[in-house]
Amino acid sequence: MPSTLLASLADLGRTTAGPAGVQAEAEVVYDRHSVLVVRVGDVVVKAHQPDRDGGPLLQRRMEVAAGLPDLLLPPLGPRREIEGRVVTVWPYGTPVDPAGPLPWEDGGRLLATLHSGAVPVGAPGWGRPARVARLVSRLEDGPSAAEIRRAFATLPSWIRGETAEPEDGARCLIHGDWHLGQMVRDASGAWRLIDVEDLGVGDPAWDLARPAALFSAGVLPPEDWERLLGAYRAEGGPAVPVAGDPWAALDIPARTLVIQIAATCVISAWEGDRPLEEPEIALVDACRRISTAGIPA
Amino acid sequence: MHCPKCRGVMRTYTRNGVHIEQCDNCRGIFLDYGELEALSNMAANFQAPPPAAPAAPAWGAPAAAVHHHHHGAPHHRPHHGSVFHMLFTT
Repeated sequence: MPSTLLASLADLGRTTAGPAGVQAEAEVVYDRHSVLVVRVGDVVVKAHQPDRDGGPLLQRRMEVAAGLPDLLLPPLGPRREIEGRVVTVWPYGTPVDPAGPLPWEDGGRLLATLHSGAVPVGAPGWGRPARVARLVSRLEDGPSAAEIRRAFATLPSWIRGETAEPEDGARCLIHGDWHLGQMVRDASGAWRLIDVEDLGVGDPAWDLARPAALFSAGVLPPEDWERLLGAYRAEGGPAVPVAGDPWAALDIPARTLVIQIAATCVISAWEGDRPLEEPEIALVDACRRISTAGIPA
Repeated sequence: MHCPKCRGVMRTYTRNGVHIEQCDNCRGIFLDYGELEALSNMAANFQAPPPAAPAAPAWGAPAAAVHHHHHGAPHHRPHHGSVFHMLFTT
């Protein structure tokens, strides 16, 4: 990451933070996958991935966030371009402490409220879960990769990227890439969602896909899953029926995320020249069960 | 007692301890104070319990496997390693 970009982000952070920012040290809070996030006092400056849509779609997503400040951390000003990179500015939020109690109920309530609200004018479509096909195509050959590819073949063709996405799904505003790293506490201590880059109109079941996948793979404890799902249902979240079987709605999103996470793990292990860890093996095992269950979507 | 609506003759029926007056003429029903609540409580008790929801999809991990992966510890703590990445990153 060029250090001039870091200096430029820090400058923008200091300018935005005002008098409080003058003395604040710039701290890199994230620097991976071509994303650089710098904190200066109460302000966070993010240089986005160069190959993502940073144009009008990102601007619309930021406007949606600005209109829902009780749910999403609102941006500080418009998107800018610095050294050829799209840059956005946000208030600092305190992330979830992975070693502390995990805010499953708060997550369930935030998502249920997001899904239950009116769809904001100008919100873009969420589209399709595009990461899974991209990751599966990057797999090197091997026994785990073969399991993952067989499970991938059970997914509907629109998720595999071979046909257009269906028009008939539930239409809600969804976060689009929800996990515990997307929750922060704002200055008042209230939980808010961050990262608007996948925000859009789609089937709300996709916001529960990652925890549903990890629960189904035996990695997330059932109590944690039930805390999330229970809070989501109690708040009237529309992704699943109020009572009874949630898996008719969650099966395909959960299957997709099992495959996506398994592919991420296998690629990471291959790149790091290391064996799979036990939880990663559990994801590949879930891929095997998906293909042997013989239930094409 | 006469029906307050059509002046027909009201007849008293007792069902599970609740007295119900019904008009022989217009079939209208008169409930005393508390009888509607008593009836709805009874109806709630008669409803069959909802069918147990499937706890996991057909391809979900068998319950035993959840612990099998963890060498006796109930679960991996999420604050490091691959579980952290699965829960906290895209």
